[in-house]
Amino acid sequence: MAETPALAAHAAEPGLQHQFESMEQQKEASSLGMWIFLVTEILFFGGLFLTYTIYRWENARAFAHASRHMDIALGTINTAVLIFSSLTMAMAVHSAATNRRRLLIGFLIATMILGGSFLGIKAVEYTDHIQHHLFPGPGFRYPAGADARGAQLFFSLYFAMTGLHALHMVIGLGILTTLVVMARRGRFTPEYSTPVEVSGLYWHFVDIVWIFLFPLLYLIGRHLR
Amino acid sequence: MSDHIVSPKIYVGVFLTLMVMTAITTAVSGVELGPWNTVVALGIAVFKATLVVLFFMHVKYSPRLTAAVIAGGIFWLVILIALTFSDFATRGWLPSLVRT
Repeated sequence: MAETPALAAHAAEPGLQHQFESMEQQKEASSLGMWIFLVTEILFFGGLFLTYTIYRWENARAFAHASRHMDIALGTINTAVLIFSSLTMAMAVHSAATNRRRLLIGFLIATMILGGSFLGIKAVEYTDHIQHHLFPGPGFRYPAGADARGAQLFFSLYFAMTGLHALHMVIGLGILTTLVVMARRGRFTPEYSTPVEVSGLYWHFVDIVWIFLFPLLYLIGRHLR
Repeated sequence: MSDHIVSPKIYVGVFLTLMVMTAITTAVSGVELGPWNTVVALGIAVFKATLVVLFFMHVKYSPRLTAAVIAGGIFWLVILIALTFSDFATRGWLPSLVRT
C-alpha cells in the first residue's frame, strides 16, 4: 500500500488520534469544542444578565442605592486578583507549550493561590452583607423609607450572579488541581498540552464574567452623592 | 495558527492594560455622567473582555472558525436581550394608546 501523507503524519506523531489528519487539526478541534461549551456558558450567564437588566430598568434608583452597600475597595482588589490569575494562567499555557514543567507547575499553583484569594475575599464580603441583614428573605432589613423591594431584587441578583461565578471558580480550582497532578506525572509535552490550553480558556472565560459583574454590581451607585 | 506561541511580553502588556482599565472604570464611576456612567462602564468592560479573548484566549492567532463561533454566541445573546426588551421597554405604550 502506498504511503499517503496522512499515514506518514500518523507514523511520525504517536500522539495523533486516527480520526485527525495532523496534530494541528487535532488541537484546533479541542479548542473549538471548548469554545462551543463556552458559548453555552455565555447564554447560561446571559439569562442572569438579562434578568439583571430588566429589574434594573424597572428599579433603577433602588439598584443604584443598593449597590452602594458594596465594598468598592474589596471589589477592585478582587478584580485585580482575578486579572492577575488570568496572567499566571496564560503563562502556565505558555510554559506547557515551551516544555518547561517546573514553570508550568509553578504558574498553575500561582493561579490556584490567586483564585483561592479571590474566593476568600468574596467570603469576607458575603459575611459582611449577611451580618448587615442584606441577604434576601425574611431576615432582610433595609432603612425605612428606602425601596426595600427593589433592594432585595438587587441583592437576590447579586448573590445569584456572584454565587454562580464563585461556583465556576471552585470548579476551576478543581480543574487546576487535576492539571498540577497531571503535570507532575509528566503527562504534558509541547506536542500535547491540550488539557492546559482548554482549561486556560475556561479560566479566562470566568475572568471575563467578573469583568462584567464588577461594574454592574459594584459601581452603578457610586456617582450618587 | 494554534501552534503560534504568544510572547510573555504581550501577556504582560495585556495584563497592565487590563489593570489600568480597571482603575479607570472605578475612578470614572465616581463622576456623575447621567446615563453615560453605564455606557462608559460597559464600554470599558467590553474592551477588557475583547483583550482577554484576543490575547489570553489566543483568538487573534486561532482559525477564523473560532471567531465565527464566538460571534454566533454573542449574536444569540443579543437576540435574547433585544427581543425581551422589545417587550419590557414598550409595555407602557399600549394603555395610553387605548385611552385616546
